[in-house]
Amino acid sequence: IMFTTQVYGDNGKMKEYHYTGPVEHRFSPYSFNGGTVLAVAGEDFAIVASDTRLSEGYSIHSRDSPKCYKLTNTTVIGCSGFHGDCLTLTKIIDARLKMYKHSNNKSMTSGAIAAMLSTILYGRRFFPYYVYNIIGGLDEEGKGAVYSFDPVGSYQRDTYKAGGSASAMLQPLLDNQIGYKNMEGVQHLPLNQEKAVQLVKDVFISAAERDVYTGDALRICIVTKEGIKEETVPLRKD
Amino acid sequence: MALASVLQSESVDFSNYGRQRRGFASGLTETELGLESVGGDSLSFALRTSCSNGDGPDRKIEFLHGTTTLAFKFQHGVIVAVDSRATAGSYIASQTVKKVIEINPYLLGTMAGGAADCSFWERLLARQCRVYELRNKERISVAAASKLLANMVYQYKGMGLSMGTMVCGWDKTGPGLYYVDSEGNRVCGDLFAVGSGSMYAYGIVDSGLKQKDLTVEEACDLGRRAIYQATYRDAYSGGQVNLYHVHSEGWTRVSQSDVLMLHQQYQAEKA
Repeated sequence: IMFTTQVYGDNGKMKEYHYTGPVEHRFSPYSFNGGTVLAVAGEDFAIVASDTRLSEGYSIHSRDSPKCYKLTNTTVIGCSGFHGDCLTLTKIIDARLKMYKHSNNKSMTSGAIAAMLSTILYGRRFFPYYVYNIIGGLDEEGKGAVYSFDPVGSYQRDTYKAGGSASAMLQPLLDNQIGYKNMEGVQHLPLNQEKAVQLVKDVFISAAERDVYTGDALRICIVTKEGIKEETVPLRKD
Repeated sequence: MALASVLQSESVDFSNYGRQRRGFASGLTETELGLESVGGDSLSFALRTSCSNGDGPDRKIEFLHGTTTLAFKFQHGVIVAVDSRATAGSYIASQTVKKVIEINPYLLGTMAGGAADCSFWERLLARQCRVYELRNKERISVAAASKLLANMVYQYKGMGLSMGTMVCGWDKTGPGLYYVDSEGNRVCGDLFAVGSGSMYAYGIVDSGLKQKDLTVEEACDLGRRAIYQATYRDAYSGGQVNLYHVHSEGWTRVSQSDVLMLHQQYQAEKA
């Protein structure tokens, strides 16, 4: 593990970039694989988008590893954080969805999946899944729904949410453009699908500019009552 | 343990954990788990939630540390007022968090500390209260409900749960208000404020409660004002003020006011 700190030399100027003293190494069961996820809920649609870069430290493992996973015909989940836990968590969710379908003879609704995910995550309260989840889909009335989670299962329904490495950069932009926050005297127009998709693309282009872990490509999943449509848009590869 | 029994399939049996830890000195702080030697247990990773990992995650667990929640009893029941901000370090994760958990139509719980801890255990409490109702054919008292919650989390004492909640309700002895936390405290009282902005809230409520009999309207205004003042001075509180009133028929959601709107309203009143 490279522990980077500033070291001051004899003349007062900053020295080498690497810390060279003794370091205690211990195995960490977690690693951070980067990635950003975003979800927006509209009147009758929901969008879940993620970048496709998989990194670790200074390296890129893959440029084609999207973080959106389709759960049902009306629900998509975006998972970012530690890729190992993302994979296992989505497998567990898929298994639980199947079990529910077999016992209850119907698919799980978005709200039900969100509640279930909360208890799955809390079950590992003392050794958490290092995953930031955002679920996007349609609720029972056909309206768009977004549910955002923390790693141990606290969740709430939102209209829009960004999660992952560039979340702190994206969320304020969404607050302004979708939530009309900090704008006076502006008409609050409802968000239509085309505008929402364009906004998502613009917002990720901005994120790729300033976050090293975000880039390569953008995968957008649009959930409507007709089904789930996927779109891929290239992003900066540097 | 309670957790393992609810989540049958996936969780590890924590009963060995608990037994081993009792013998350790209780010098562990809230956020640090520091489970060094766990012997032959399969989960032998020392998990440190303090951010000392080099390239590891900055802050895995989003704790609602910044918050202001308050509740007080008065002539016509209990007023419960909370803010709605959730912070992860210095990042504001959300301004629209529901910090009042509706346990059942006549019991409310507030949320301070870890968001997941509060919502999970209070949801479990709702289930236990319902079971009580079915078994005993009568509503559970606030004292009993708060005791159930306190006993549930006491089993996990020292393991890093973070929860400071007020259980508010109305039962056959009148209005009830208990403060329960993950340290094992359970205290009955007439007024509580919990969170980083609690001191500011206490100032307002203490001076407002000096006059004996408040009407419902006055009490609501007092609660709202107290949370507003706390959000004004505490950086970690903000968003909206959610106000509930618990009376003999149950609880009512009185109002949800944005703090910015309240600010303008109070400025106008001053003029």
